[in-house]
Amino acid sequence: MTTRAEKVRERGAGHQRSAGDRVFDALNVILMIALCLLTIYPMYYVLVASFTQNSHLVANQGFLYWPVGFTTGSYKLAFSHPLLVSGYKNILFVLAVSLPINILLTLFCGYFLASRDVMFKKPVLFLIMFTMFFSGGMIPIYLNIRDLGLYNSLWALILPGAMSVYNSIICRTAIEAVPDSLQESAYIDGANDLVIVFRIVLPLIMPTIAVLLLYYGVSHWNSWFPASIYLKDNEKLPIQNVLRAVLIANSPILNSAAAENDQVNEFAESIKYAAIVLTTVPVLCIYPFLQRYFVKGIMIGAVKG
Amino acid sequence: MAQQTIGSGRKGFAGRLLRDFRLNKWKYLMILPVLVYLAVFAYKPMYGLQIAFKNYRPTRGIAGSPWVGFLWFEKFFTDPYFWRLLRNTFTLSALDILFGFPAPIILALLLNELRNNKFKRTVQTITYMPYFISLVVMASLLKIYSQENGLFSQIIELFGGTRQNLTISASAFRPLYIGSGIWQYIGWNSIIYLAALAAIDQEQYEAARIDGANRFRQLLHITLPGILPTIMILFVLRMGSILNVGYEKVLLMYTPSTYEVADVFSTYTYRMGLENQQYSLSTAVGLFNTVVNIAFLLLTNYFSKKTTESGLF
Repeated sequence: MTTRAEKVRERGAGHQRSAGDRVFDALNVILMIALCLLTIYPMYYVLVASFTQNSHLVANQGFLYWPVGFTTGSYKLAFSHPLLVSGYKNILFVLAVSLPINILLTLFCGYFLASRDVMFKKPVLFLIMFTMFFSGGMIPIYLNIRDLGLYNSLWALILPGAMSVYNSIICRTAIEAVPDSLQESAYIDGANDLVIVFRIVLPLIMPTIAVLLLYYGVSHWNSWFPASIYLKDNEKLPIQNVLRAVLIANSPILNSAAAENDQVNEFAESIKYAAIVLTTVPVLCIYPFLQRYFVKGIMIGAVKG
Repeated sequence: MAQQTIGSGRKGFAGRLLRDFRLNKWKYLMILPVLVYLAVFAYKPMYGLQIAFKNYRPTRGIAGSPWVGFLWFEKFFTDPYFWRLLRNTFTLSALDILFGFPAPIILALLLNELRNNKFKRTVQTITYMPYFISLVVMASLLKIYSQENGLFSQIIELFGGTRQNLTISASAFRPLYIGSGIWQYIGWNSIIYLAALAAIDQEQYEAARIDGANRFRQLLHITLPGILPTIMILFVLRMGSILNVGYEKVLLMYTPSTYEVADVFSTYTYRMGLENQQYSLSTAVGLFNTVVNIAFLLLTNYFSKKTTESGLF
């Protein structure tokens, strides 16, 4: 492995870089900085707007660089709002119940598919992979949920997403990288597969599990479509659906529920931004810590075969 | 005892079966809940697909509804909306493939040329960020910036255009949809290419430099061939969902005034099925969508295998 370090050294050596190289490098850096600004500004705008006075937002919606008439009123209102609060409660319930089920099923599925000497591995693999390319589609899935009696229940958000085939393939790839000798010696010591999964395999694939937790968590947190077709009561809606009602459908549910106080009008515009910040920030705070493991969560070697 | 059963006279398939179940009973117990889950939530809806060929009445159930053959398909194919849906779906998909597919490849190549690793990682962290934003928030941002006095209008005005409400503008829908898609996924989708780039043997570059190849030639003859298999596999996968335009995003973005360009098969399925309760018709539309997708997947896979020797299966 002379490679990386040498490459960096050689590239870094100024006399080897032609004028064209230097121009390209400079342009590349400028382009990347521009891309970063383009990525950050739309979100920065929301953050700034959430602390800006409502009247300013109503009057002009152009560029904002700093909160105008700094206020935290919109957040106070958001935190005391019954639908936003219940939205948080609902999604936290979904997460608390879903994530253990998700990880357990994914781990079991990955372990089964990674094992070598099981007779029915091929047919099971086919049954699992087939669902990635073919599905009943929106309407049969919807009717199935109704038939199962899950309509208007939070379980309709939990059970249909109990496992992702994609994620279990990622898990399988990680388990395949665990040395066989570890499992074999455990077998000889009389351990069964259940013990091996939890005592030996799980601790060794923790980085992958962390990424899978992030994937599952984010997909639950950001999901809105199932809730919009399966849930009827406003109090059961998770946070994204409350946000959608307020921001996209322009539904007055946020206002009507607290219509008694004038506060709502006072923050009608800025509470939208506060709501966006409150639903987005939790996720954005977590992912940078797992960034170095992301490559493990990519199917690069796993798609084939 | 166990030893005896395994070793005893039982041979052939039944014997092997018994032995397999005995040895791997925990493994089968583990996969059991997975199979039950798939049976209930993936395969049972596939059984429900038959209502595409039936006149489904909720009161009579899936099995009890009468067969009608291809009635719903005929109805759909002769519907004047069909061509609009087909055009919109393919246009959105084609634009997304044309602009959205190469964008992360280009980003990965540019990131790969950065000399400062800290800077590179910072750019990565920042460009991954939009991936974690929900579609609801994405659509909300678009809506906020597309207002008549919003950010986009102000930018358009800067370049000499006139202010307008872009959310109801049919000509703005496609650029907004495609552009926001690139904005959201360019960083995330570049990860897989960066991983492929890191796997290229660095000595090849060494040799090329000694031969006097400049960076562009190295890109052309080493880097691109090195990541071509990855590109092809992802391309096959992308083609396999050619009709799966991100309907969740379209549902959040479109308004009746943009249906003309925004209505796609899956949003039509949604409106017909869940808003108008035309279950059989919309199931037929959904099935048509799935079948075309699979056809494209297999076709692309075939051609990819032929030309570049890499593909899914």
